[in-house]
Amino acid sequence: MSASRRLDAPPMPARVLKGIALTVICALVIIPFVGILSTSLASREQVNAAGGFVLLPSSVTLDAYRSIFAGGVVSQAMLVSIGITLVGTTVSLVASTMLAYALSRHGSFGQKPMLMLVLLTLLFSPGMIPNYLVVKEFGLLDSYWALILPTALSGFNVIVLRAFFMGVPAELTDSARIDGAGHLTIFTRIMLPLSKAVLAVIGLFYAVGYWNAFFNALLYMNDSSKWPLQLVLRTYVVNNAELGASDLGATVDVVPPQASVQMAILVVTIVPILIVYPFLQKHFAKGVLTGAVKG
Amino acid sequence: MSHTATSPVLARDRNGPAGTEPAGSPAPRRQIRWHQRFLRDRALIMMALPGLALVLGFHYLPLVGNVIAFQDYVPFLPFGSSPWVGWENFEIIFNGDPAFLRALRNTLVLTLVQVLFVFPAPIALALLLNSLLSERVKRVVQSILYMPHFLSWVIVVAVFQQMVGGSGLLNNTLRAHGLDPISLMGNSDLFVGLLTTQVIWKDTGWATILFLAALSQIDSSLYEAASVDGASRTRQLWHVTLPGIRGLIILLLILRLGDSLTVGFEQIILQQQAVGLAASEVLDTYVYNNGIVGGQWGVSAAVGLVKGLVGVLLVLGANKVAHIFGEAGVYKS
Repeated sequence: MSASRRLDAPPMPARVLKGIALTVICALVIIPFVGILSTSLASREQVNAAGGFVLLPSSVTLDAYRSIFAGGVVSQAMLVSIGITLVGTTVSLVASTMLAYALSRHGSFGQKPMLMLVLLTLLFSPGMIPNYLVVKEFGLLDSYWALILPTALSGFNVIVLRAFFMGVPAELTDSARIDGAGHLTIFTRIMLPLSKAVLAVIGLFYAVGYWNAFFNALLYMNDSSKWPLQLVLRTYVVNNAELGASDLGATVDVVPPQASVQMAILVVTIVPILIVYPFLQKHFAKGVLTGAVKG
Repeated sequence: MSHTATSPVLARDRNGPAGTEPAGSPAPRRQIRWHQRFLRDRALIMMALPGLALVLGFHYLPLVGNVIAFQDYVPFLPFGSSPWVGWENFEIIFNGDPAFLRALRNTLVLTLVQVLFVFPAPIALALLLNSLLSERVKRVVQSILYMPHFLSWVIVVAVFQQMVGGSGLLNNTLRAHGLDPISLMGNSDLFVGLLTTQVIWKDTGWATILFLAALSQIDSSLYEAASVDGASRTRQLWHVTLPGIRGLIILLLILRLGDSLTVGFEQIILQQQAVGLAASEVLDTYVYNNGIVGGQWGVSAAVGLVKGLVGVLLVLGANKVAHIFGEAGVYKS
């Protein structure tokens, strides 16, 4: 595109300068991750010699990972985060797709006021204290549902899904209706199979949201045994609290260097994002643009 | 759109009896009763209910919770039975509570700095990416730069600590060369700069998506014409590229201004300890620290309510202005 658009190629110095700029910008993003992975894998001697942060490990050891997976605080938090992400994403997808389908059928009972209710949530947020009070009045404090229900439905995602459902050709749904299909059949047999790609993207957006959720846990979870990974990360990495043998699990007799353990926690928090990222990336630009234009 | 009638039977199903009632039907044309429509659409209503319950329970019910801004809220009393105090909580704010003014000032400073430095960054990056000749290089760079957007603030703050924190890469390198370490993360004078750098690191790549889409919409014949007229690449940038994305820039700027009172709560609360409240307290952290942590429920709810109302007004106003500019953009093209 740009090649054909520009009749004159840029002069050589400009191209070199551009190359350098882009390399530096990309390095600023990549180097931190390399360093974190390296520190989590480096040997005790190297970590101590480097004063806590290793850019390239000379020898590799998995001790740090062994210690965090031994059943202590971090293992527990991983289970919580995985559970919240799986259950939450399911709840979010089921509620969002059904609501989006109902909102995509013009002229049905209450369609317009319901659509207004969803659209208005994009405009304002009720505020932190009222949110807290509602969660408290529902009796959800210190319950895992407090990490799921308040953020389970994103109006933006519902609007994106609705736009997609409305784009499905009417001939398909019409022929199904002639054959006697009700809304539930049309939804499960026609709409959902046709929208696998958009469901995957919206599902991944929800999943990333649950996995990254920090604020809800900070507000609603006083019981530290129920903390998700992000709060454990805050306490033991950002705030630098000491992770002793008792926090790591009963079977750990040699505690690896604090820096390695911290970086290992960071790695296990980042890796799931890195795994789903290519799938997200394939579709998200389109999804974001749809939402931005139609939402 | 997808619901233009294709058969008489279906037209009745969807839009009511729009002239398609079978002869002899007793129902009057163009009207069916609400309970008939309710019965007809009960499957759809059932499907909407779970989502609707979440919207009502966690978006609209909390609005009612704002009444505690008018109460001296006592947490262990049943909801609504705390003593009413009228505008007292608001008076505390508007009589110039120093802690509130400090939070307001910090919020506005951060907004201003971020509009000046965070906002132009993706435009510059998008222009740079757009000027690349190789599609493959462009895609690889994009993949790398989009990534940080999907990391949580806890991760971003932890990453920054490892790079520029007390025992991070930068200070280790300085020490290894016999230089004094610098405190970039614990220095209250540098806090605004630190927050801004973090936002740029996390979201600049992601924010280029919209600008790149707008850039690809620019008619390539404009460049050819400019080139034939002897315009250098710099002049093409100034006279073709920038006007081409001006509408989007204005739109996004106005929407950003509508969000002026909201500056990264998670990002700040994570780093507040190191720099102290004087430099880091913003309206959102004020509400959290005084209300949920400090127990001053009424006053904090009042601050949150004022912030929310100002926010809605700003968004509505900004939307209106954006609409005006949007029309101008359509008119031009």
